[in-house]
Amino acid sequence: MWEYTDKVRDHFMNPRNVGEIENADGIGEVGSLACGDALKLFFKLDDAGRIADAKFKTFGCASAIASSSALTEMIKGMPLEEAEKVTNEDIAEYLGGLPKEKMHCSVMGREALEAAIAYYRGIPLPMAEGEVVCECFGVTDIEVRRAIAESNLRSVEEITNFTKAGGGCGKCHERLEELLREARHEVQQIIPDKRPTRLTNIQKIKLIEEVLGREVRPTLRKDGGDIELVDVDGDFVIVSLRGACGSCKKSQTTLKEYVEKKLREQVLDTLIVEEGK
Amino acid sequence: MNTVYMDNNATTRVAPEVVEVMLPYFSDLYGNPSSMHTFGGQVGHAVDEARGKIASLLGAGPDELIFTSCGTESDSTAILSALQSSPGKRHIVTTRVEHPAVKNLCENLDKLTGHKHKVTQLPVNSDGTLDLNLYEESLSDETAIVSAMWANNETGVIFPIKEMAEIAKSRGILFHTDAVQAVGKIPINLSQVPIDFLSLSGHKLHAPKGIGVLYVRKGTPFVPFIIGGHQEHGRRGGTENVASIVGLGKACEMAAKQMQDENTRVKGLRDKLEDGLLASIPSSLLNGHKTLRLPNTTNISFEFVEGEAILLHLDRFGICASSGSACTSGSLEPSHVMRAMGVPFTAAHGSIRLSLSVYNTEAEVDFVLEKLPPVIAQLRAMSPFWQGEHKGKTGSSQCKCSCS
Repeated sequence: MWEYTDKVRDHFMNPRNVGEIENADGIGEVGSLACGDALKLFFKLDDAGRIADAKFKTFGCASAIASSSALTEMIKGMPLEEAEKVTNEDIAEYLGGLPKEKMHCSVMGREALEAAIAYYRGIPLPMAEGEVVCECFGVTDIEVRRAIAESNLRSVEEITNFTKAGGGCGKCHERLEELLREARHEVQQIIPDKRPTRLTNIQKIKLIEEVLGREVRPTLRKDGGDIELVDVDGDFVIVSLRGACGSCKKSQTTLKEYVEKKLREQVLDTLIVEEGK
Repeated sequence: MNTVYMDNNATTRVAPEVVEVMLPYFSDLYGNPSSMHTFGGQVGHAVDEARGKIASLLGAGPDELIFTSCGTESDSTAILSALQSSPGKRHIVTTRVEHPAVKNLCENLDKLTGHKHKVTQLPVNSDGTLDLNLYEESLSDETAIVSAMWANNETGVIFPIKEMAEIAKSRGILFHTDAVQAVGKIPINLSQVPIDFLSLSGHKLHAPKGIGVLYVRKGTPFVPFIIGGHQEHGRRGGTENVASIVGLGKACEMAAKQMQDENTRVKGLRDKLEDGLLASIPSSLLNGHKTLRLPNTTNISFEFVEGEAILLHLDRFGICASSGSACTSGSLEPSHVMRAMGVPFTAAHGSIRLSLSVYNTEAEVDFVLEKLPPVIAQLRAMSPFWQGEHKGKTGSSQCKCSCS
């Protein structure tokens, strides 16, 4: 069960400003049925350019409804220039906090507001201009970059909590890691990233061949055996043991304790060595 | 506020009769059944007696049962045992709608064992049923084990386990079924169904949490999962959870007696609830086959609203249910069962499961029938997709969830 604050519960059970505004000055629509939440925001300006009224319609969970309700309460009476500065963190704070997995609900509120303001000004929505990083939830790199910077996100999981990006099929996780690295790079140029760079398949195969040729094969040959690389499939390295190794009872031990150990030390520590048939 | 508990596929109330027979084993009869003295020995007799009652509900021999800590342990034990006892065979056939206890295990076998496995996850039809031809085609000489649930926890849909087990047996392939939802709700007779392993969990049939059973057919090769003392004839180490075993024995004895009630009165209540909701709420649809189903479970989708919001409103009235929506699963997509069935995305996020037990009453069903429709109407009134009686629109985002 989610731990919601009393304020979230109150705004969910008794949502303020539900409905639509006829002849609204601003209309912003984000999300969709497929995504599991969606918000349509309306506002009307008074003569002084202040938000005189705001209403919403939301499809989604309790925190999505509460975030929408909170947003309309917050922006009512604000000059447009001030409303523009409202962030998702402000919405979450107004509600006394949201569970971290639900932060994307507050992000949705802010994006609907931005969409409504863009509609009013007759300009295209800046967020939609970017490259779509997460196809499952239609999230652009601009949205992800901004969330990383503004909410100081440090992992793919956190990006998912805030923007939903990466919460579906998971294919974009690598791209999200890249965006994280880019953002980190800007902030902490002094500390170099010491993690090994990713290997392409070709690089991996070449490196495995090299280690087998340089260290493993000469050792096996001393005992009259030999080894051949059959295939590399992700982390699985399929090899064939030849000569004396083929009939040796200890060949499985050799495979795991020696060959796999060497490859893990010198190529990738996640490799699994198996014997092909 | 009264609690109207309709989430019995999640867990059940421990029957008062079960609590009663368990209590002496905490206070007076605390001996270890392995001990040589009479004080411990009498506890051993109680364990034997319980084993007999459980075996009788399943149509199994008492020696074919191994006590475990839960259904998940039983599932892991069965599948890992089969893989170890059939070296060289690295293919597993399972389904796309299995409980995470089987699904996540199968998906992580490579990492867990350091060996590469091929896992076939059979698709299901839109009503949650399985195609036997597809199943048969998926089997090969490389197949070590088939693992298929007897009944689905989210929809209650029952798989043709007897036919599936017979096909596996004729091909010399081990067969495991996760029967956690089926045991106690529908008749099971293992002397007629040639399965090798069956998992059950105590807390789904009014026994406590923390006790499970793995049935292993006599003659089926078995490799233990938890290694320790000689308990369970060396098949599962660890001192017996005596009180819970005694409780589970009582629960199985009661389940056998109440099976008739479950399949008539409880089924009647379920049908009244289901028919009532489908009739009074427009744009609602049943998830799962209408008849090939557990008598206690109904799973209904309410289009254009979201499940967690429905649950929280029901919670206000003390009504306990669950949902396959994304928000309740802690992930961002609807449940894997709803997706496997291809439930349209207009409905997948708004699915609600109500699962009954012998403790539910007609008054409770009437209460839910009174409270749920206004909740749906209220949420639809604020949904941007709901446009009165006619079908709503679905929005225009770039979203391409795998549920669509």
